[in-house]
Amino acid sequence: MGAIYRRELNSYFQSMTGYVFVAFMVVIAGIYFMAYNLNAGYPYFSYSLSGLLFVLIIAVPVLTMKSFAEERKNRTDQLLLTSPVGLFSIVMGKYFAMMTVMAIPNLIYCLFPLIIKSQGTAYLRTDYLAIFAFFLLGCVYIGIGMFLSSLTESQVIAAVSSIGVLLVLYLWDGILSYIPENALSGLIGAICLLTLAVLFVYKITESVLLSVGIEIVGLASFAAVYLVKPALFEHLLTNILGKFVLYTTFTDIESSHIFDLGGILFYLSLIAVFLFLTIQVIQKRRWS
Amino acid sequence: MIEVKELVKQYGTHTAVDHLSFTVETGKIYGFLGPNGAGKSTTMNMMTGYLGATKGEILIEGYDILKNPKKAKKHIGYLPEIPPLYVDMKVKEYLTFAAKLKGIPKKEVSHSVEEVMEKTGILDVSHRLIRNLSKGFRQRVGLAQAILGFPKIIILDEPTVGLDPKQIIEIRELIRDLSKEHTVILSSHILAEVRELCDYIFIISKGKMVASDTPENLERLMQKGESVEIFTTSQRARVEDILLEIEDVESVSFEEREDGTCARIEAKEGKDIREEIFFAFAGERCPLLELRMTKPTLEDVFLELTEGGKDNGGDL
Repeated sequence: MGAIYRRELNSYFQSMTGYVFVAFMVVIAGIYFMAYNLNAGYPYFSYSLSGLLFVLIIAVPVLTMKSFAEERKNRTDQLLLTSPVGLFSIVMGKYFAMMTVMAIPNLIYCLFPLIIKSQGTAYLRTDYLAIFAFFLLGCVYIGIGMFLSSLTESQVIAAVSSIGVLLVLYLWDGILSYIPENALSGLIGAICLLTLAVLFVYKITESVLLSVGIEIVGLASFAAVYLVKPALFEHLLTNILGKFVLYTTFTDIESSHIFDLGGILFYLSLIAVFLFLTIQVIQKRRWS
Repeated sequence: MIEVKELVKQYGTHTAVDHLSFTVETGKIYGFLGPNGAGKSTTMNMMTGYLGATKGEILIEGYDILKNPKKAKKHIGYLPEIPPLYVDMKVKEYLTFAAKLKGIPKKEVSHSVEEVMEKTGILDVSHRLIRNLSKGFRQRVGLAQAILGFPKIIILDEPTVGLDPKQIIEIRELIRDLSKEHTVILSSHILAEVRELCDYIFIISKGKMVASDTPENLERLMQKGESVEIFTTSQRARVEDILLEIEDVESVSFEEREDGTCARIEAKEGKDIREEIFFAFAGERCPLLELRMTKPTLEDVFLELTEGGKDNGGDL
């Protein structure tokens, strides 16, 4: 893992990608900092940081697009996969390298609250927690980007699909407001989600019996619940889908100064899920 | 030592490797021979653990490549068809990375990197970016990577493709040198190369093993056996008359040319009839301009086995 981590990190700073990423993140942060904190005199750096949420959507895919797509295109994955290093170490090595690159601008951000402090009152605890949440959110995005990169051989496709997915997640809150909230549409939505899950199960196990079984059991239980207590289906969709408004943990700190530990755990589990999925994608390719 | 048992690889409905079984002993050079798409690369990719097998078992030094991958992979150095090079790295940097990846102890890394660079003749380019290297040098960097740490088994997929004749000779010498202490398995569709290098040949066609033997034995296997070719200025009829006198002639085929007659004579099994032919023609005062023995070449064996598509191939 160490060797892969160092090679990845070196390659980011030999190919300019790393420098461009760090510079981009810091310059934009500087602009927001100048406008909100220095010029308008707002004492929270976390507010400037919230402007950067959008920048993350563009910057992270630049970092992640090559992680696995390029290895496959150049066939260098053959070196990694035939060496006595486990797949877990390979994926973790790469992930930690990207995490390190992400940490650099975030460490620089840690200076901004100090600048505010030198000019008057600063809210260091809020700001540093916000930076921490922002960093973890970036790590979740890296996980998503890396997973999408492992699906394709083309860096362009990896980058575009990552930007697309992250953008949809960014706009998720707005999209949710168009979702109807009554019980019937909740039921329909639940059926749709169930069917999607069953299709996923079928794709993995290729067992018709199991998939159809899950679908029938699911449908039956939904119907039973709907007949007995339809109220359970009200707001169901917005509640479930609302979980995927990823930046709430960050914005909670930024706007209402609430530190949500559950949200941090949610970030960490999302990272774990995408690392797991990446390993599965690579593993599956060896067998198909 | 490698044991491959009943190996099968299926891509959807297409069977790339079909119940392949063989054993590779230590200290010899083995050649995989087969037309394009025969399943050579797929087999090698499975032996090195890059691909999973649909069915079957591969044991590397007693370790199953799928159940005990780390231990099994430690014994293998692999050069795939396309060398797995990071083009944004320098040669030495790349090899150092590969050495660490292979778990070579820290103290020995720089020594082993120097050693393989010397063996493959890439010391002069050690500080150049791989991106800027020619095909031949890239191939050698790939080879250097494969022999790093001198694993017991070295698997090379078409190691001499893209090299110039001088480099080919150098690489062959290197492979021969390596085979003193290592098992080398290489694939190729260049028959001369396999003929010259390998102690043992596996001929694969459509994912199946059609023959496995030493190159000499394979050539001997050809049922038609040896024949004698003669060329003389005389007419066909006269040549026929002379040949009829010789007892051990089995069959003759003629080819009439403007300047004479060419005949291909097959003798009865195990008989050398060259002397008899010579004296028979000399006695008739019919000059032979050419007399030579033609042996079936590996090419003939190869074509017979892979294109003839004979089912009895498996029994060989």
